[in-house]
Amino acid sequence: MLEEFISNLHPVLAIFVRIICFSGIAIMFVPIQVWWERRLLGWMQDRVGPNRVGPFGLLQPVADAIKLFLKEDHVPSGVDKFIYYLAPILAFLPAFALGGTMPWAPAEGLYGLLTPVADINIGVLYVLAISSLGSYGVVLAGYAGNNKYSLLGGLRASAQLISYELAMTVSLAAIILVTGSLRMSEVVSYQTGPLWGIFPYIQNWNLLTPTGLVAGVIFFICAIAETNRAPFDLPEAESELIGGYHTEYSSFKFGLFFLSEYAARFVFSGVFATIFLGGYNMLPVRWDILAVDFPGWSEWFYFMHSANYWLSPVAFIAKCFLGFTVFVWVRATLPRLRYDQLMSIGWKSLLPAAVANFIVVAVWIMVTNLYGMIAGYASLVVSAIILLVLYLNIKAVGFNESTSTKRRIKMAKFNLKENEESN
Amino acid sequence: MIPLSAYLSVSLFLFLTGLVGIIIRQSPVVMFMCIEMMLNAVNLSFVSFARYAPWVASGDITQTASQWMTGEITVLFVMAVAAAEVAVGLGMIMSIYKNEPDVNVDALSNLKG
Amino acid sequence: MQGREILFIVLSLVACFAGLGVVLAKHPIKSALSLVVNMFSIAFLYFTLEANMLGITQIMVYVGAIMVLFLFVVMLLNIGSDRSGMKILDLKLVPAILIALLMFSLISFQVLYPLFGMQYPVADEGFGSPEAIGKSLFSQYVLPFEVASVLLLVGIVGAILLARRKA
Repeated sequence: MLEEFISNLHPVLAIFVRIICFSGIAIMFVPIQVWWERRLLGWMQDRVGPNRVGPFGLLQPVADAIKLFLKEDHVPSGVDKFIYYLAPILAFLPAFALGGTMPWAPAEGLYGLLTPVADINIGVLYVLAISSLGSYGVVLAGYAGNNKYSLLGGLRASAQLISYELAMTVSLAAIILVTGSLRMSEVVSYQTGPLWGIFPYIQNWNLLTPTGLVAGVIFFICAIAETNRAPFDLPEAESELIGGYHTEYSSFKFGLFFLSEYAARFVFSGVFATIFLGGYNMLPVRWDILAVDFPGWSEWFYFMHSANYWLSPVAFIAKCFLGFTVFVWVRATLPRLRYDQLMSIGWKSLLPAAVANFIVVAVWIMVTNLYGMIAGYASLVVSAIILLVLYLNIKAVGFNESTSTKRRIKMAKFNLKENEESN
Repeated sequence: MIPLSAYLSVSLFLFLTGLVGIIIRQSPVVMFMCIEMMLNAVNLSFVSFARYAPWVASGDITQTASQWMTGEITVLFVMAVAAAEVAVGLGMIMSIYKNEPDVNVDALSNLKG
Repeated sequence: MQGREILFIVLSLVACFAGLGVVLAKHPIKSALSLVVNMFSIAFLYFTLEANMLGITQIMVYVGAIMVLFLFVVMLLNIGSDRSGMKILDLKLVPAILIALLMFSLISFQVLYPLFGMQYPVADEGFGSPEAIGKSLFSQYVLPFEVASVLLLVGIVGAILLARRKA
């Protein structure tokens, strides 16, 4: 009856239902993310995280929110009021709009009416376009502070965002070449095919294919940089630029920045899960093919197949959470990058690697279409080796000799024996 | 159904607004922004002609529009050229501003014969 | 009045007012933000014309990159507002508006008037989709495509050269 109710709604109201479903889930997960990050970070740093406020510290995000809202809400003098109030809104909106084309359940039955918000034929490009809008909130917040340091923080942050968008776009382009369509639901249904076209019982998740693995790693690193997350969090580093671009914001406006950053991390993990981890599928196993091929156990396989359908939102949210956990893990492990190191990684390491991956995928597809599958895989290996050799040789010629000079530090030498004799 | 002349009049209005902006503003960056607005207006008219092309060419609405993709390809190239132009132009503006802050365009007459 | 017409009227009004905002705003930052709104509404007008790929490319390239570059330049150079307030010069205003009205009347009578009519040709499924643009771009227009990539390379080299520190 829920299906009939939703399918009889006016189309605009049906879209509102879908938007509320998605945004509600995304906002609901922000306090859980805050709590989980602090606990997990604490465990990784050999300490207990917050555990005072509720059982296991579960009410800590509530306490944080109360503290944030009760702070004094000041507006610095001399700021341009329009831009000052506009910037948090511009930071908040793209974080949620990113999930507009993301399918968190299959497009059949009840779930088909609830997800995705809009399955347009340029779904993947939509994600890239909205993530490029994320730089506006940062730049305008830095400018509106009327303050050299927040301006510098804002400009640095948006330069970082623009640089890492490029590598992200090219790595996604390699996946789109393989999939053949820009629609997100087709990217997910491509991943339910047999692994590498050969193994019929395992799903072809893009992270399990060789070029998809390279593209996935590059996309994940760029996602860490796009959401201003350590080790790329120089724009909001407290020891560097006071507060960076949100220095002059207090209480609720800062809360909006905070909320939009956590929501962006959740949605970026969701995009990563959709494109590289098979979206809403629970496990990389093709239950329906297994049910046909092993008729003895087919009841159990059909049960798992329908569980795959009904539990797909749970599986999707679990994958988002897994992505976020890897974000926290990377934060706990790696030190912060200096700004010139950050830019050099984005332009000189990730972008050439993504372009090389793209060339390898293109060669593979072309040779597979002309000469068959085995020649295709052979050409993949050959082109990968050629490009790797080229890449390493370019770096060895002295690519960045002027920017990073190797400093030689001479340590002072102590002659312990002389000191002992004199004593 | 929206007539073709509606899209074209929007495009014309934006083009002429950009033209007036170039004439009356005196800061190089704002003039550059008005140039970008004129380019966008022209792109809009290219795309609307690409969509309505069969009717414009022969008055026949039963032909389908997808063999007339020329307008859209042109817009793609205009976007590429505009991007390159913005990069170089803003670089030049930054070099000029290093010598003299807050210049107005009429004062940039060093090369005048 | 169907949804389509209402959407078109709203979008074109937003685009026109934003266009006026670019020209009439005193502070260059406000001009830049008006231009962002203008480009966004033009992108949505592309979506109503079923040019999906172009609309999303407009958002990615123009709104997401070119306008951010404009904002960078305005903020880095600290370009202030026109302080005297009368910098939008009176001397140039009258000829500018005369030229605009003249061009408007010329183009309307010669181009718009013969095109009045409510015909709306049929577009098939793939019109304006990435597949259609890809097919044209890589078969019929492959030479301008390659030339455009060389042009972008020249642009990159030029921009780096202009921004280099004279060391």
